Amino acid sequence: MSRELPAWIDIGVLPALNILMAFLVAGLIVLLVGENPLEALDVLVAGAFGYPGSLGYTLYYTTNLIFTGLAVAVAFHAGLFNIGGEGQAYIGGLGVGLVALSLDTALPGWLVIPLAGLAGGVFGAAWAFIPAWLQAHRGSHIVITTIMFNFLAAALMVHLMVNVIIEPGQMSPQSREMAETAWLPFVHEILGGVGIDVTPSPLNVSILWAALACVFVWLLIWRTRWGYAIRTVGKNEKAAVYAGIDPKRIVVVSMVISGALAGFVGLNEILGVHHRLLLNFTAGYGFTGIAVALMGRSHPVGIVLASLLFGALYQGGTELDFEFQTITRDLVVVIQGLVILFSGALAFMLHPAALRLWRRWSAAREAA
Amino acid sequence: MADFADFWLLFVLTLDATIRVAAPLILCAMAGLFSERSGVVDIGLEGKMLAGAFAAAAAAYVTGSAWIGLLAAMAVSTALAMLHGFACITHRGDQVVSGVAINVLVAGLTIVLGIAWFSQGGQTPSLPAEARFQSLDWPLAETLRQIPVLGTLYAEIVSGHNVLVYVAVLSVPFTWWVVYRTRFGLRLRAVGESPSAVDTAGISVTLLRYRALLFTGAFCGVAGAYLSTAQSAAFVRDMTAGKGYIALAALIFGKWRPVPALLACLLFGFLDAVATRLQGVEIPGIGQAPVALIQALPYALTVILLAGFIGKAIAPKAIGIPYVKER
Repeated sequence: MSRELPAWIDIGVLPALNILMAFLVAGLIVLLVGENPLEALDVLVAGAFGYPGSLGYTLYYTTNLIFTGLAVAVAFHAGLFNIGGEGQAYIGGLGVGLVALSLDTALPGWLVIPLAGLAGGVFGAAWAFIPAWLQAHRGSHIVITTIMFNFLAAALMVHLMVNVIIEPGQMSPQSREMAETAWLPFVHEILGGVGIDVTPSPLNVSILWAALACVFVWLLIWRTRWGYAIRTVGKNEKAAVYAGIDPKRIVVVSMVISGALAGFVGLNEILGVHHRLLLNFTAGYGFTGIAVALMGRSHPVGIVLASLLFGALYQGGTELDFEFQTITRDLVVVIQGLVILFSGALAFMLHPAALRLWRRWSAAREAA
Repeated sequence: MADFADFWLLFVLTLDATIRVAAPLILCAMAGLFSERSGVVDIGLEGKMLAGAFAAAAAAYVTGSAWIGLLAAMAVSTALAMLHGFACITHRGDQVVSGVAINVLVAGLTIVLGIAWFSQGGQTPSLPAEARFQSLDWPLAETLRQIPVLGTLYAEIVSGHNVLVYVAVLSVPFTWWVVYRTRFGLRLRAVGESPSAVDTAGISVTLLRYRALLFTGAFCGVAGAYLSTAQSAAFVRDMTAGKGYIALAALIFGKWRPVPALLACLLFGFLDAVATRLQGVEIPGIGQAPVALIQALPYALTVILLAGFIGKAIAPKAIGIPYVKER
């Protein structure tokens, strides 16, 4: 008789039930404010996929969420909670912007874009490195330091944008627009070039980079020595030491990778969409990455699916604003919070009951 | 002499602003102190305070009474604290994840409910004066103001605040008394250091931590009510703006002790007051005062403290670890 839950229940049924509960509660809230939840769902789905260009927007949001979701996931595997994805994405974008703004007129685009992307990764990684180093060598708790670094990033960006980078003669704190050669090609342009007509959207080639990042994270975590070390430290730090792994080193390595992944949000936003440096382009993607990683169970396949779901919610949420008097895109934030609650904090709530049911069921089957 | 009087007045006014900014921080830091000393990490101070601010403004608007608003704020915030307890004490979920969930949930829910109930884009309607906490003028404040130095101090610092500011100030000796001078406080500190020892003594770890979270919820609610019904006259979107995190930083900066945490709140409040005063001021040799950077100082100082470069912040030993009773 099997004493433990089989994998299909543990990683299939229970997580699905958790997400279902999150959406049920969200539905109840919609009922509470006097609207029909099914109608709202209809509007969300139509808004995310049904209109010309809406799929492009959905995938553009998905791109950002894949980056931040992977960032949170890599840290999770090392047993670390990186709440700093928001700040790392912000500083990553600063790196992208600084490189692109200083080189865009001097160098050809095919050189500026990779350099700017690299800078995004390096800046994001650097912003994660300091909390990681402090955690590894000074014992300061990474949750608190990464929260502080989010605020430090925000303050630094306000200072730089308002006092240093702002385009002379401008009122709003923005840089000048980058030369068009440094822009990431839009997907609708590429498809248009080969004769496929698509409605313009902010979706650009950085989604390919996000796909590559998924493959990279999968290879890293499950197919390399470093990944093995990261998972070992995450599961049991003492065991890792006996296995000859230096946890301090692994804390720093995993956080640096995490920060670099978050930094690529800057690539999508600055080089792909806005084409200039500005404030608040991270728009909470770093925090949504936490929901994405929890829902996707820190696996690249799960993260892609969860990013698609949240990408669709982001895009569909804008449609809520038009269709309803009383519900707005803020409902998506509620859903996000509920997903973090049910798939994260209450992830084990159903476990004991499921185990009891399973044992009773398998005992009955054996008796028969 | 006139120079000194001007300087003194400026100093007293800045102190006055400091107290106004620090009051919600103090309440929140004391809230966090109860939770964290019992071994439960509370990232969710921000969310509970925001929910409290919304509940206070909504209830005060509907009933016309600031006190009912305050009670509503405390009730809602306590309910969220119990949710936190349900997730991480009863179900041993991750405490940080639970805190983040509460923060995100509240950020969305306050707007969704605000729009549905008041149709003002997520704000609550502005409160009439009688539905707010008004400043209390202490006896003879205006007469004594004429006396140099001490008179202004009395008129600006001691007198002229709303009742919640005095509650915030009194919350510190209250917290100190509960944590260090009562049996509950002794057990609270013990359960944060060594829950198994408390369990061995026949005291329920679960119950003790839930009781600690009751205090956390209540204090966060007061902090929220302060923001929306005392400091301003309505709830606005994201009105906590990171204050819950600053309070958490102050708690850590004060090494999880009431009086040092109070001083940290005052320091952070002072930095904020100074930054506000320096908005747009030209400083010779530097140019525009770097206001954003001054406002970031609390965060930077906390990181430096946590790194052990100025003293050492040692957290309660069992913090963040769910307690599993051995069989």
